[in-house]
Amino acid sequence: MNQKIKPVFVQGNHACVLGALKAGCRFFGGYPITPSSEIAELLALELPKVGGKFIQMEDEIAAMGAVIGASLTGMKALTATSGPGFSLKQENIGYAIMAEVPCVIVNVQRGGPSTGLPTQSSQGDVLQARWGTHGDHEIIALAPSTIPEIYHHTIRAFNLAEQYRTPVILLLDEIIGHMRELLIEVPDDQIELINRVKPSCPPEEYLPFQMVESDIPPMADFGSGYRYHVTGLCHDETGFPTNDPQKIDAFMKRLNRKISRYTDQIVEYQTAGNQDSDILIMAYGSSARSARQALRLLNSNDKTAILFQPLTIWPFPEKAFQETAKSRKSIVVVEANAGQMKREIERLVNCDIPVRLVSSLNGEPIDPKTIADAVMEVV
Amino acid sequence: MFNYEKYLRANKLPHIWCPGCGDGTVLKSLIRAIDKQGIDKNNIVLVSGIGCSSRTPGYVDFNTLHTTHGRALAFATGVKHANPDLHVIVVSGDGDATAIGGNHFIHAARRNIDITMILYNNYIYGMTGGQASPTTPLGAYASTAPFGSIEPNFNVSELAKSAGASFVGRSTSYHTKQMENLFVKALAKNGFSLVEVIVQCPTAFGRRNKLRTAVEMLKWQKDHAIPVKADLTPEQLEGKFTTGVLWDIDRPEYTEQYAQVIRKVTGKQN
Repeated sequence: MNQKIKPVFVQGNHACVLGALKAGCRFFGGYPITPSSEIAELLALELPKVGGKFIQMEDEIAAMGAVIGASLTGMKALTATSGPGFSLKQENIGYAIMAEVPCVIVNVQRGGPSTGLPTQSSQGDVLQARWGTHGDHEIIALAPSTIPEIYHHTIRAFNLAEQYRTPVILLLDEIIGHMRELLIEVPDDQIELINRVKPSCPPEEYLPFQMVESDIPPMADFGSGYRYHVTGLCHDETGFPTNDPQKIDAFMKRLNRKISRYTDQIVEYQTAGNQDSDILIMAYGSSARSARQALRLLNSNDKTAILFQPLTIWPFPEKAFQETAKSRKSIVVVEANAGQMKREIERLVNCDIPVRLVSSLNGEPIDPKTIADAVMEVV
Repeated sequence: MFNYEKYLRANKLPHIWCPGCGDGTVLKSLIRAIDKQGIDKNNIVLVSGIGCSSRTPGYVDFNTLHTTHGRALAFATGVKHANPDLHVIVVSGDGDATAIGGNHFIHAARRNIDITMILYNNYIYGMTGGQASPTTPLGAYASTAPFGSIEPNFNVSELAKSAGASFVGRSTSYHTKQMENLFVKALAKNGFSLVEVIVQCPTAFGRRNKLRTAVEMLKWQKDHAIPVKADLTPEQLEGKFTTGVLWDIDRPEYTEQYAQVIRKVTGKQN
């Protein structure tokens, strides 16, 4: 018997909170910033009801630090921010990557650089999500486009973080963060939740950063009897700093491989429109909404296109995209930035297919008509 | 004979600190204080930032967390808030805690979260080679103050007290027994407690400031430390510093306040 679940009419930030709670998130550390503050406010209200912990920290950097500290005790932990705060968090996002601490960072994007457009939308942080912190690293970032997608991908963000022992970035934007749509929550018995693997060996044999076959070593909670060392320095399997080039090499390769080798399991994407069309539209996040409307406009003009929408933006679904792009005559990339993913798309098709950009930097949603017009121009 | 090995990660020794450094003395007193308090090693989380003092966690057999520069208190706050049963200790230096981490320092004190903080104050950035820190005395020399520091320095203990700490003590690496006793009191205190320890750094500070050896620096500590009980006037204290328990009050502790919130909204009285 399914639970009878009533649809709720909620904004994206609220859907994110519902997804986080469903995923088992029991810690939030944050700092107020538009347009993400509703996530903090709702969790301040809801977390104590389930015995969870909320804390408003003194700044964005501290919020990220607190989230990592909480996760080390075994809690599923979340923070939420927007562009300027995302910049500040990069230092400790790098730490979470290096120390392999699961956590979820929501970035409800707004216009930038700097203070930019606090109340208006942008997709200007897509490459910052990939390369924002210093040093070589892999990252997982998700980019939903609807309120139900935000709910599902918030749950997935926690699952991926726990499974791969890594921070996961959920890229929203002001448009989908603040707009409202119907959401039907998933019944508890139909939801798959993943929890980090904990060590089964005796504490004296535990190697917190062991070169295991899966590349993802089990993680013990602080206070559980497994006393170990965590550092942002390059470390060996025991967790202690090392300058041994061989050990550094092995560690750094595993750190990157533990994401890259699972790309096929991590990526998610969807397509819409005419599978046989010559024209491929690539759009994600709120821009995918505009692109879907553009498909309808094209239909009414007897024109067609196929939409490729990555839901995992990093690692990018490269193989699926290349497969979908094969033998198309033209590609239109739709994004609310100056072409951050366009460059990525050009690389993926080796510049064999012309790539055109439809973008917006003015904080407004992208007009579906400009996308339809761009498609009709290249037809 | 005190069994230090019970607490040390012997295979991580010798430590990286310079000959004559005072950090090892602080570590010794900390271990003795923890032992005196009888805290289970599994329940201790020792958190640090970046710098010489922040290498302390690597040598002790607790749950140890070596974080980013200045951020130890932020991570520690997350650990303590998530699991208030854990005994959270932060070790930090003057640069780490009062420059890059200054914001976290005052807010951890304001929040009065039950964390014991030990601040090794050597008046200098030692690990990076002797740059001026917020506690470098006015006129003292540093690699980035080659003509003498023109910046007034922080009084770390007064800062913590003003920001809201429950317990503040000050000692030196010369006064090891006093330091140990202050650590015991700070560990026992429910709330944010700070012990500032003046430590010698002959390598990066002393050599630039006419205190070329550890012995000279320890002698300086001995001569300049005045027990707070002596109750001297500010004029009499000119150029000296007070030691002992500087501040000890009872204020509501953060994680207990939050537990009350949970009880309130869930209606559970336990």
